[in-house]
Amino acid sequence: MCLILSDCPGTQSEQAGKTSSCQGCPNQKNCASGATKAPDPAIAEIGAKLSTVKHKILVLSGKGGVGKSTFSAHLAHALANDGTKEVALLDVDICGPSIPRIMGLEGEQVHQSGSGWSPVYVEENLAVMSIGFLLSSPDDAVIWRGPKKNGMIKQFLRDVDWGDLDYLIVDTPPGTSDEHLSIVQYLSSTHVDGAVIITTPQEVALQDVRKEIRFCQKVKLPIIGVVENMSGFVCPSCKNTSQIFPPTSGGAERMCENLKLPLLGKVPLDPRIARSCDEGKSFLNEVPDSPAAKAYHSIVQSIQDYCSNRVTDEQSTD
Amino acid sequence: MEQNNDGSLSQVRHVVLVLSGKGGVGKSTITTELALALRHAGKKVGILDVDLCGPSIPRMLCVGRPDVHQCDSGWVPVYTDAQKSLALMSIGFLLEDPDEAVVWRGPKKNAMIGQFVSDVAWGELDVLLVDTPPGTSDEHLSVLENLKKHRVDGAILVTTPQAVSTGDVRREITFCKKTGVRILGIVENMSGFVCPHCSECSNIFSKGGGEELAKLTGSMFLGSVPLDPLLSKSIEEGKDFTESFPDSATFRAISSICRTLLNSLETA
Ligand SMILES: Nc1ncnc2c1ncn2[C@@H]1O[C@H](COP(=O)(O)OP(=O)(O)OP(=O)(O)O)[C@@H](O)[C@H]1O
Ligand SMILES: Nc1ncnc2c1ncn2[C@@H]1O[C@H](COP(=O)(O)OP(=O)(O)OP(=O)(O)O)[C@@H](O)[C@H]1O
Ligand code: SF4
Ligand SMILES: [Mg+2]
Ligand SMILES: [Mg+2]
Ligand SMILES: [Zn+2]
Repeated sequence: MCLILSDCPGTQSEQAGKTSSCQGCPNQKNCASGATKAPDPAIAEIGAKLSTVKHKILVLSGKGGVGKSTFSAHLAHALANDGTKEVALLDVDICGPSIPRIMGLEGEQVHQSGSGWSPVYVEENLAVMSIGFLLSSPDDAVIWRGPKKNGMIKQFLRDVDWGDLDYLIVDTPPGTSDEHLSIVQYLSSTHVDGAVIITTPQEVALQDVRKEIRFCQKVKLPIIGVVENMSGFVCPSCKNTSQIFPPTSGGAERMCENLKLPLLGKVPLDPRIARSCDEGKSFLNEVPDSPAAKAYHSIVQSIQDYCSNRVTDEQSTD
Repeated sequence: MEQNNDGSLSQVRHVVLVLSGKGGVGKSTITTELALALRHAGKKVGILDVDLCGPSIPRMLCVGRPDVHQCDSGWVPVYTDAQKSLALMSIGFLLEDPDEAVVWRGPKKNAMIGQFVSDVAWGELDVLLVDTPPGTSDEHLSVLENLKKHRVDGAILVTTPQAVSTGDVRREITFCKKTGVRILGIVENMSGFVCPHCSECSNIFSKGGGEELAKLTGSMFLGSVPLDPLLSKSIEEGKDFTESFPDSATFRAISSICRTLLNSLETA
């Protein structure tokens, strides 16, 4: 049998179940029957539900542990700092939810409200939703295959009582798999501003991140820009910089030049970031004057500018 | 001789999974370094890389993207040395374009992994290390289902010291218990950074979390590996760290983990 791998044409495409790459796929029967081609009615329901959300931002990276969740959390904190803005953070990492801890909400549970699940609030204008809030103990593992994870993500988008929002930020797991396909598909009838791609400087990370960028291009998800995290560490005692994750292939800077993407900024390694995350506090409040906090603020500013420019673009073209 | 259903694994003595609920904690790095250390100890080693979305091992061992061939008993792994003491098979070798994103839903991944796992002609090996993607999902379940037809000795869990990571690894321990995989031990990676300029130690990702987790869950603690720029550089360049820096604290940590692992495999 030939195992040279090629792509799934997409369960909703005309070719679903019929191409050579469908051979041997356990879903082939289902796909070939046409059952998967009809659009999921949830997509329209989600579109209606999220019509009161002004901006939607996905945080992505092909690589694990580069700081997606840390960045998502701090983006949410920074945006919610403006008390007139309503911000929500949705964690779609079903198997490794980090957001409850990073936001200081470990042990919280979601509540059922009249119109669905109500999210957990950090501040009045900062709502959070994660599968972590549905687990009963820190030992609980979510050992789910793809379809079940997709069902959960659908529920998060359709059945959570988000209310009117200025920003919805979505933290994702590493890779390009079910969760990513689902979130993009379920949001397809709404307007997504774009994705922020997180990487670290070394090639081992960049090689995966380039794939994530291809993924965005494939599913026509605009890229707001790239953040290089963990770039350099300044020794607190002698002030020399060490490249702990060396940019051997030119780091995010070279990649962005090559792929013509905006580099939103670089965040250095700072032990106080890891500590703030462990303690569930905002690093931006804990150490506001640090170089890392300044980097975060400037990146958040670029993202806000991008979102508001898109609004004016659309108003002028509509 | 024996051509039954565990054919390709029939001459593999020990199968060890490298797992972590958390991304980027160094699963692939630890897999690579342990393989090199085991080879130094005179063992025949294989690495099976089942990370479909982000296969890292080919770069870490500097094998690029070789053409892989099939023989009667399956895919022939790629050897990194003339003595054929380190064999590698990465699902990445089968991809048409390395920069292309593999965007697959679970069912398709499961089918591919199922075939892939039982279809490599490993030959005789002392230890087969299996590098996995982060999480507890399709890939893990499929790899386990297929390897268990043969035998799995157990899993090494990799974590970094901070709570954000040990929290996820705690869930991975539950995964192991539920799926009946023995935990061979916990490795704490990226533990403490010694400044090369002034020798001051900074705990960038905190310290001690791996050992605490081992205590809390009654698992063996295999040791901690420091955050060492020479290691990340060596990994980037696909060099053999165990050969380049035999005097470093990092090397001592890795070889001690390797010895403990061998002991526990042989006494089990
Ligand atoms: N700039 C930084 N300096 C120091 N520590 C950091 C920095 N950025 C992130 N961290 C820490 O690194 C760890 C990994 O970050 P995080 O969990 O956000 O990554 P992730 O990409 O979401 O991981 P996963 O792929 O598992 O979802 C966390 O403990 C976090 O606190
Ligand atoms: N002890 C260490 N000192 C310095 N750098 C390290 C160390 N361990 C790992 N790294 C570096 O950290 C990065 C992440 O490691 P690696 O890719 O092995 O993690 P992983 O757990 O396999 O990630 P993924 O979840 O994406 O598969 C790599 O660039 C690696 O070189
Ligand atoms: S049969 Fe498999 S590969 Fe083909 S469209 Fe369906 S899910 Fe994709
Ligand atoms: Mg995360
Ligand atoms: Mg890896
Ligand atoms: Zn120093």
